[in-house]
Amino acid sequence: MTALPVSPAPAPSPAGEPLVDVRDLKVHFPIRRGVLIDRIAGYVYAVDGVSLQVRRGETYGLVGESGCGKTTFGRGLLRLVEPTGGSAMFDGTELRSLKGEQLRRMRRRMQMIFQDPLSSLDPRQSIDSILSEGLKAHDLYGSQETAGKKLRETLTAVGLPASALRKYPHEFSGGQRQRIGIARALILQPDLIVADEPVSALDVSVQAQVINLLDDLQVEFGLTYLVIAHDLAVVRHISDRVGVMYLGGLVEEASSDDLYADPLHPYTRALMSAVPVPDPEVEDARQQILLAGDLPSPANPPAGCRFHTRCPWKQETRCDTERPELRELTPGHRVACHWAEDVKAGKIRPHEVSVELVRPSGAGPGDGRVTETVAEVAGTLPPKS
Amino acid sequence: MALLDVRDLRVVFHRRGTEPFPAVDGVTFSVEPGQTIGLVGESGCGKSVTSLAIMGLLPKRGATVTGQVMFEDTDLLKLSDRQLRDRRGRDIGMIFQDPLSSLNPVIPIGLQVTEVLQRHRGLRGKAAKTEAEGLLKSVGIPDPNRRLGEYPHQLSGGMRQRALIAIALACRPRLLIADEPTTALDVTIQAQILALLRQLVEGTGTALIMITHDLGVVAGLCDQVNVLYAGKVVETADRHRLFGEPRHPYTHGLLGSVPRLDSPRGEPLAAISGSVNDNIPWTSGCAFAPRCSNAIDQCVEQTPALEDDGLRLLRCFNPVAPETAASQEVPA
Amino acid sequence: MSTRTRDKIDALAKTSADSGGTSLAVDALKRLSRNPVAITGAVIVTLFLLLAIFAPLIAPKDPYVRYLIDEIRQGTPLGGRPGFPLGTDQEGRDLLSRLIVASRQSLIVGVMATLIGLAVGMVMGTLSGALGGWTDTILMRFTDVLLSIPSLLLAISIAALAAKPGQWTVIVAVSIVSIPIFARLLRGSMLAQRGSDHVLAARALGVKERTIVFRHMLPNSLSPVIVLATLTLATSILEAAALSFLGLGDQDPNRAEWGAMLGEASQRYFDVRPEMALWPGLAIVLVALGFTLLGESLREALDPKNRR
Ligand SMILES: Nc1ncnc2c1ncn2[C@@H]1O[C@H](COP(=O)(O)OP(=O)(O)OP(=O)(O)O)[C@@H](O)[C@H]1O
Ligand SMILES: Nc1ncnc2c1ncn2[C@@H]1O[C@H](COP(=O)(O)OP(=O)(O)OP(=O)(O)O)[C@@H](O)[C@H]1O
Ligand code: SF4
Ligand code: SF4
Ligand SMILES: [Mg+2]
Ligand SMILES: [Mg+2]
Repeated sequence: MTALPVSPAPAPSPAGEPLVDVRDLKVHFPIRRGVLIDRIAGYVYAVDGVSLQVRRGETYGLVGESGCGKTTFGRGLLRLVEPTGGSAMFDGTELRSLKGEQLRRMRRRMQMIFQDPLSSLDPRQSIDSILSEGLKAHDLYGSQETAGKKLRETLTAVGLPASALRKYPHEFSGGQRQRIGIARALILQPDLIVADEPVSALDVSVQAQVINLLDDLQVEFGLTYLVIAHDLAVVRHISDRVGVMYLGGLVEEASSDDLYADPLHPYTRALMSAVPVPDPEVEDARQQILLAGDLPSPANPPAGCRFHTRCPWKQETRCDTERPELRELTPGHRVACHWAEDVKAGKIRPHEVSVELVRPSGAGPGDGRVTETVAEVAGTLPPKS
Repeated sequence: MALLDVRDLRVVFHRRGTEPFPAVDGVTFSVEPGQTIGLVGESGCGKSVTSLAIMGLLPKRGATVTGQVMFEDTDLLKLSDRQLRDRRGRDIGMIFQDPLSSLNPVIPIGLQVTEVLQRHRGLRGKAAKTEAEGLLKSVGIPDPNRRLGEYPHQLSGGMRQRALIAIALACRPRLLIADEPTTALDVTIQAQILALLRQLVEGTGTALIMITHDLGVVAGLCDQVNVLYAGKVVETADRHRLFGEPRHPYTHGLLGSVPRLDSPRGEPLAAISGSVNDNIPWTSGCAFAPRCSNAIDQCVEQTPALEDDGLRLLRCFNPVAPETAASQEVPA
Repeated sequence: MSTRTRDKIDALAKTSADSGGTSLAVDALKRLSRNPVAITGAVIVTLFLLLAIFAPLIAPKDPYVRYLIDEIRQGTPLGGRPGFPLGTDQEGRDLLSRLIVASRQSLIVGVMATLIGLAVGMVMGTLSGALGGWTDTILMRFTDVLLSIPSLLLAISIAALAAKPGQWTVIVAVSIVSIPIFARLLRGSMLAQRGSDHVLAARALGVKERTIVFRHMLPNSLSPVIVLATLTLATSILEAAALSFLGLGDQDPNRAEWGAMLGEASQRYFDVRPEMALWPGLAIVLVALGFTLLGESLREALDPKNRR
C-alpha cells in the first residue's frame, strides 16, 4: 500500500464502488495490571476480525448490543483508536499506512457524528468557532466573508437559524445540538460520515427529525454513511445494508429488506424478535425467541462460534470448536453460522438452552478471569401466547 | 375498587432564583389489582417525579406535593415518614432504571434481600435465606445460592435488574412501580426482563405501573396507557385503542415518528416539529401548541381539560380525526 | 393555524428565554452575583484590596515613627489613648497604622507566591497532560516528592535554607509549596479532557494536536485551577504569616507584617496586652476567610452541574 498524496483528493471513485473496504480489522485493547510496572494481563477483543465494504452513496448500518465493539470499529476505521491488525482502505488509500500530517489531511474526507451531542461540543466555544475550526484546520477558511457565508449555508442545511452562530452549546436543546454536530461534519464536504449512535441520546419525538435530516443531507450532498446504533428499527430504517455484530465480529450482513424478511443468523433472529413494536396486535401475535444469559466478556470470548453460549440452535458439533466464517448464502446476504442453511430450511429447531453463565468483564474478583457455571434456567420463561 | 387512585397529583419544584416549576401538573390515574398501566412520555415530562411522589421519596425541601394518592383507603400523601417507610416495600415495591446505583455496592445481594424480608416480614436466619434463594430463583437468576453471597458489581446488568426485582418482590407487594426498568439494558435482555414482569403480573396478580419512554414496551405489556406531556396526562386509553387509533396529536405524532421494524422502508418519518423547549406554559394554553400541527386559536387561549368520551380520556381541542388516526401513513 | 396564533406562540416562547450568546463565564458570573456567600467573600476581598492599595493614605499616622517612645518603660507597649485608638507597639509606633500598612505585605506575598506557584505549576501540568509518557512520569514523581512533605514543614525548610531570610524567601518558600498542587490538578483535568468526546471530535475533524491542547484541553481544564488559585491566596497569606511568626520572614524591624506582629505580641506581651495579638490575628483570619468564601463559591458557580 502506498501512501498517496491525499490533498487535493484523488479522482473520486464512481458511485456503487466501495468507498470503504475493511478487511479483517482488529482492535485489541491491552488489559494492564500491576502496581509499579505495567504488565499486560490479557486483551479485550473489542473488534476481532471484521470485514465489510461500504459503497459510495449508500448507508451502511452497523447494529449490535452494548459492548459488541461497534464504536470501537468506527473509531478504528477512522484511526481514532489504533487498530491492531487488518486493513482499512478508504477510496483506494490504506488508512493504516498514513502518517501524522497525511492522516490529518485525510480526516477532512471522513467525518464523524457522536452519540452525546453535548459532550462532543466544546462548552467554551461558540457555534461560530466550533464550525470554523474544521475549516481552519484544513485551510479552507478563506476570508471572514466567504467563511461566514459557508457557515450560514451549512446551518440552513441542518435547519438552524444563522443567529445560532453567536450562541454556545448549552443554550440549545438536544436535537439542535445534534444538528450542530452534523453541521460541523458537513461543512468540510466529506465523502464519508461515520455516525455513532446519532439519535440514541435524543427524545423520541426529536429522533425522527434527525433521521429525516440525515436522509435529506445524503441526497443533497451525495454522502456515504456508516451508521452505528443499537436500535435495529432505527438502523433498518435509514440503512441500505445492515451488518449485525456480536462480540467483536460480524455475524450477518444483508440488505435492510432482506435482513428483515429473512434473518438467517440465530442471533439476528433473536434480536429481531426482541425489538418491541409499538403495535399491540403485533406484540400479542409474535413469538419471541428469548435468549438465555448475557453477553460474554470480550476479554474472554467463547471458543468456536461466539454465540454458542446463548444460541438456541446450537448443535453438538462444530459450534463450540470452530469459528464460523462469514459466507455468502444468497446474493448479498452473508452470514457467519455453520448451520445457517439448516436453520433457514427449518431442519433444526430452536431448543431450550442450558446456560453457560458468563460474568461481565472485570467482574471476577482479582484476576479478572471469567468463571463459568452451568445452570438450568435463566430467563427462558415461556413467551406470552 | 381501585388499588391505587392518584387524583390531581401536583408537584412543584422551587429553586432559588428561578420560577416555581410544576414538574407534575395535575396527574390523575388509577390502577386496579392485577392491572398493568403504562406512563409514557419523553424525557422530562414528569414520569419519574410522579412515581417518586407516590412513593413519598421526593425531597421535603424544594418540592411541594399536592393532590391525593389513595392506596386503598389511605392517602399516602398524608402519612408520616414512618408509616410511609412501612408501606414502601410492604405494599408498594419499586424498580429503578439504573440497577447498579440502586443496589448498595458494599453489601452482598443476599443480605440486601434478607434485610427486606426481616424488616417487613419478620423472617430471620435460615428461613430468610431460603426465602431469598427462592426469590432469586423466581426471577431467573441461575445458581441463586452462590449469587446470594455476591456483590452487585459481580453481576451483569440484566442480573442486577433481576436482583432488584427480587428485592422489590420480597414482601409480595400488591403494587409494583417500575421506572424505566429496561432502558439501561440491551434489547435481548430487555425481552427477558419484560417477560419476567409479564409472568409476575399474571402469576401473582400484582398491579404494575410501567414507566417508560418506549412505546414498543408499552404496546406489549400494558393494559392501559397514559401519555404524559409536560407534566399532564394528555391521553389515556386501552392499549389497543391508543395504538390503533391515537387521537391526541402528540400521541399520533409520537407513533408516526418511531421507525418500526415491520414497516416498509423508504418513507420519511412523520416527525413532530420542534422540541419540548418550545413548550408554552399550560396556564396560557396547550403546552404542545407550538409543535402541534392541529393547533387552532383556542389552543393558545384556553387550557384544554382532560375529557372522557367513554372510550378514552383526551386533553385536546382539535384531536386527530378517527379515520386519519387509524392509518399511520398520513404525516402529522 | 392563523397568523395571530403563531404570533402569540412566538411571543409566549420569547418570554421563556431568548438570552443568546452567553458564554459559560458570563453565566458563572451571573450565578456568582446571586450567591450571598460569594458576595460576602467579594466584599471582604475588595475591602482588603482597597486597604492594601491605599494604605499610606488611610493610615492615620506614620507607621514607622516612634511617637511615644519616651513613654515606653521596660519595652511594654501602651494601651489605647487619644490619637492612638489601638495603642502602640513596644517601640511607641501607632498600632492601627501598622496594622493597616501591613495589609500590603500580606497582599504582595500572597499574590506573588500564588502567581509563581500558578505559573510554574501550570507549565508543569500542561507539559505533563499534553505530552504524557516520560515527561509526565518524571514531572509527576517530582511533584509526588514535594507533596509528601507537609506544606508548612516544606516552607520552613526552604525559608531556613536561605542565607538571609527576607520577603523573597517567604514568597519562594510559599510558592514552592503550591507548585505541585497546581501541577497535579491541571494535569488531572487535562487528562480527563484528553479522553473527552469534544477532544475526540476535534481530532476527528483533523485539528492539529497543538491546537487541540491550547484551544480545547487547556481552557476546559482551567476552572478548577482558578478556584484553587483563589483558595491558595488564602493559604499563602496564612503560610507567609506563619513563617514570619516563626521569625523566618523579613528581618527588617521597621517592616510591618501581620504574622510577625502576631508572633511578637503573643510571645512577648500576651500577659500584659493580649488584645495586641488579637488584631493581626483577626486580620489574617478575615482575609483568608474572604478568599476562601470567594473560592468556594467560584467552585460552585463554575461547576457545569449547576448550570441550568
Ligand atoms: N479504550 C478502551 N480500553 C479498553 N477497553 C475498551 C476501550 N474502549 C472500549 N473497550 C471495550 O471494548 C468493548 C467494545 O466497546 P465498544 O464501545 O466498541 O462497544 P459498543 O458496541 O460501541 O457498545 P455501546 O453500545 O455500549 O456503545 C467493550 O467491552 C469495552 O469495554
Ligand atoms: N429534585 C428536583 N428538583 C428540581 N427539578 C426537578 C427535580 N427532579 C426532577 N425535576 C424536573 O422535573 C421534570 C420532570 O422530571 P422527571 O425526572 O420526572 O422526568 P422523566 O419524565 O422521568 O424523564 P426521563 O425520561 O428523563 O427520566 C424535569 O424537568 C426535571 O428537570
Ligand atoms: S454456528 Fe452454531 S452456535 Fe453459532 S450461531 Fe450457528 S448454530 Fe448457533
Ligand atoms: S389542544 Fe390544540 S395545540 Fe393542544 S394538542 Fe390539541 S390541537 Fe394541538
Ligand atoms: Mg458505542
Ligand atoms: Mg425518569
